[in-house]
Amino acid sequence: MNNFSMGGYGYYVWSAYFITLFVFGINLFPIFFEKIKIKKIIREHLLKKRL
Amino acid sequence: MWHWLNQKFLAPKSFYANSAKLIPWIALAFALCFSYGLFAGLFIAPADYQQGDGFRIIYVHVPSAFTAMAIYFSMAVFAVFTLVFRVKVAAIGMSCSAKIGAWFTFLALITGSIWGKPMWGTWWIWDARLTSVLILLFLYFGFIALQSVIPNQQTRDRAGALMAIVGVINLPIIHYSVIWWNTLHQGPTLSKFAKPSIAPAMLYPLLAMIAAFLLFYALTLLLRMRNQILLREINSQWVAELIHE
Repeated sequence: MNNFSMGGYGYYVWSAYFITLFVFGINLFPIFFEKIKIKKIIREHLLKKRL
Repeated sequence: MWHWLNQKFLAPKSFYANSAKLIPWIALAFALCFSYGLFAGLFIAPADYQQGDGFRIIYVHVPSAFTAMAIYFSMAVFAVFTLVFRVKVAAIGMSCSAKIGAWFTFLALITGSIWGKPMWGTWWIWDARLTSVLILLFLYFGFIALQSVIPNQQTRDRAGALMAIVGVINLPIIHYSVIWWNTLHQGPTLSKFAKPSIAPAMLYPLLAMIAAFLLFYALTLLLRMRNQILLREINSQWVAELIHE
């Protein structure tokens, strides 16, 4: 590879790699927010059960 | 034997505990494979004699297509365990796989389209391979839609399992589409590994990226499954104890 332009294909190659990273991110990070949400749901459920 | 296996590994509580031990190792293996595959694919592998540096899209396109198909196959395996052995975590694994599979199929189609434009001169063509992968995406959408409209958990799992098993017929169609029909898409890349028609400097990063994508699937699947286990086992004592810790 000579440089980041990739012999004129840079636009296509980098787009493909950035979309891949985006898909990885969108698959991974929401899981951690989901866990916080689920734990909150469970806490509320347990509180209701006690009452 | 089955009882032992079920108690030791497949019961939601033990699966939740065991998966916590596995996750860091999978994450580490993913990081190693992905960083090597990414660096070698972009900077070490030589340019293709016909496609130049444009061929480097192969390092994200082939792994995403391979993983999309592998995920659907794993869903069919989970479906068999759900229907035949009534394994709770298998049903959870099946439903958690669908969203990841849909994303990887979308990625395979998008990166294929980006690769197709400079090489074929078009973003899309109703070629047998492309169409059969699009059908795979619709199968994932169908599965997700089916799961979201059935309120009863058991019925939802059984209906989803049936759909996953029926849809698996699309996998050989995708694989052999380039052989059965006259297509613009190249022949099966992976079966070419038997008689190396690809230089090792190009092949090793590809294998590393395929391993990385599969490990990423395993990682996100376990993380998603752990969330769903907590939600499904909301009335269990162990979940209450875990939350209070």
